[in-house]
Amino acid sequence: MREELLAIIEKNSRIDLKELAVILGVQEVDVVNELETMEREGIICGYHTLVNWEKTSNEKVTALIEVRVTPQRGQGFDSVAERIYRYPEVRSVYLISGGFDLMVILEGKTLREVSSFVSDKLSTLDRVLSTSTHFILKKYKDHGTIFIQKTEDEREMITP
Amino acid sequence: MRNPLSEQVVALKPSGIRKFFDIVSEMKDAISLGVGEPDFDTPWHIRDEGIYALERGRTFYTSNAGLKELRQEVCNYIKRKQGIEYVWDREVVITVGGSEAIDIGLRAMINPGDEVIIPQPSYVSYEPCAILAGAKPVILNLKAENEFRLTAGELREAITEKTKVLILPFPNNPTGAIMEQKDLEAIAEVIIEHDIFVMSDEIYSELTYKEKHVSIASLPGMQERTILINGFSKAYAMTGWRLGYACGPHAIIEQMTKIHQFAIMCAPTTSQYAAVEALKNGDADVEEMKLSYNQRRRFLLNAFREMGLSCFEPFGAFYVFPCIKEFGMSSDEFANAFLEAEKVAAVPGTAFGDSGEGFLRISYAYSLDTLREAMTRLSRFITKLRENR
Repeated sequence: MREELLAIIEKNSRIDLKELAVILGVQEVDVVNELETMEREGIICGYHTLVNWEKTSNEKVTALIEVRVTPQRGQGFDSVAERIYRYPEVRSVYLISGGFDLMVILEGKTLREVSSFVSDKLSTLDRVLSTSTHFILKKYKDHGTIFIQKTEDEREMITP
Repeated sequence: MRNPLSEQVVALKPSGIRKFFDIVSEMKDAISLGVGEPDFDTPWHIRDEGIYALERGRTFYTSNAGLKELRQEVCNYIKRKQGIEYVWDREVVITVGGSEAIDIGLRAMINPGDEVIIPQPSYVSYEPCAILAGAKPVILNLKAENEFRLTAGELREAITEKTKVLILPFPNNPTGAIMEQKDLEAIAEVIIEHDIFVMSDEIYSELTYKEKHVSIASLPGMQERTILINGFSKAYAMTGWRLGYACGPHAIIEQMTKIHQFAIMCAPTTSQYAAVEALKNGDADVEEMKLSYNQRRRFLLNAFREMGLSCFEPFGAFYVFPCIKEFGMSSDEFANAFLEAEKVAAVPGTAFGDSGEGFLRISYAYSLDTLREAMTRLSRFITKLRENR
């Protein structure tokens, strides 16, 4: 049940628990227990809302920043990653294979805010060798969801 | 002027629910539970192959029986899923949907006056195709108490000296019924004993929610007397691509290919290239869609249970077939009243044969949100009916 349950709530974390039990074909109490277990085990890390901020009056700027760093003896990339992910404006930090080391996703109110974070805070960290910042111009799809109006059901009623 | 029409064609009964569907399509805010095709789009990688085939200029006819690669993939697929071995260049023909395979299969096998046994409720094409092929259709009414499975006893009763072909439409549209191995074994015994043939329409074979689908062709002695029909519409959500296939004994496939060659030339080339991709890399998509269907199926059965509406648990296709006999209305009356009162369209069971009387076909090729709203309305509707009685 675990994987099917996760697949459902990953798309809709607000689904009614009773209905969740029905469509999984299990008891409601089992769903509740499984959710609690996975929260405790850190498998479920939160129940967030996917927002298309472009449709609100709230201006936001998102940047992807490629960061090359010097790993630290005994700790690898973890400690420098921690220095970076502690900043609240940093949304995500991933260790990446390939031409650079860390992918940092940053959200700010303005272009200047993001730029100054990169130049004042990120670049000045001891073990950061270089950064390369890409601003996101438009989000087409996020978390598997396409950000355009849903299309109508175009299927016709034909003779069954 | 002389009458330009064929008497036989004029005599074919038109589908009785055309008018019902016309009303539904006029109604702007109606919720329809009537559509018999997946609500998913064709998986992108399959569409992409179709586009790629067009870009590459693969816009010619294929060989009459279909692309070699597709026929080979069909054989691989059936071997993988059912354990049956077919020879790709002798025992497979690619058709325009499973429906063409039904038509040309019957025409290839029937002599005037032969009888074709058609279990109902079932898909609406079998009977007219049998008639056009020159057969006498013999309707076998399946029973709710058997969960709409075909029993050996029922089959035995329907067989006469003239019986040539049994149509075996499982997993079933409209009931959602399936036939499991033990059910099929009993049928196969009767088939062999009476030396008749089976046209097994397995278009919903991927959509079963209990055991994996078993084909009657996989039973001992049955491959040589079975035309296995399947297609891409339901499993891969490819209805508009119009692509299906038939596998069977070379002698029958050869004649089917002849009719197909003269009437159709070949199935659409773009669709055939896309279908190769579907068979090669589509298993995960099928599993994902099936998971969704199963969730909706459970949702509907639970909703019926809560409103006290009787319904056997169907384990196939994407239909449920609840019984509405307690309300003292015909299927037609119920469907029309429900549409008028609550603006929800469900197909009366009688659209699929007389034995569908007292039942409704509800399709769950719809999102949970749509089904939830529809069930709220159904519950309200039947509560009122019960109060007024």
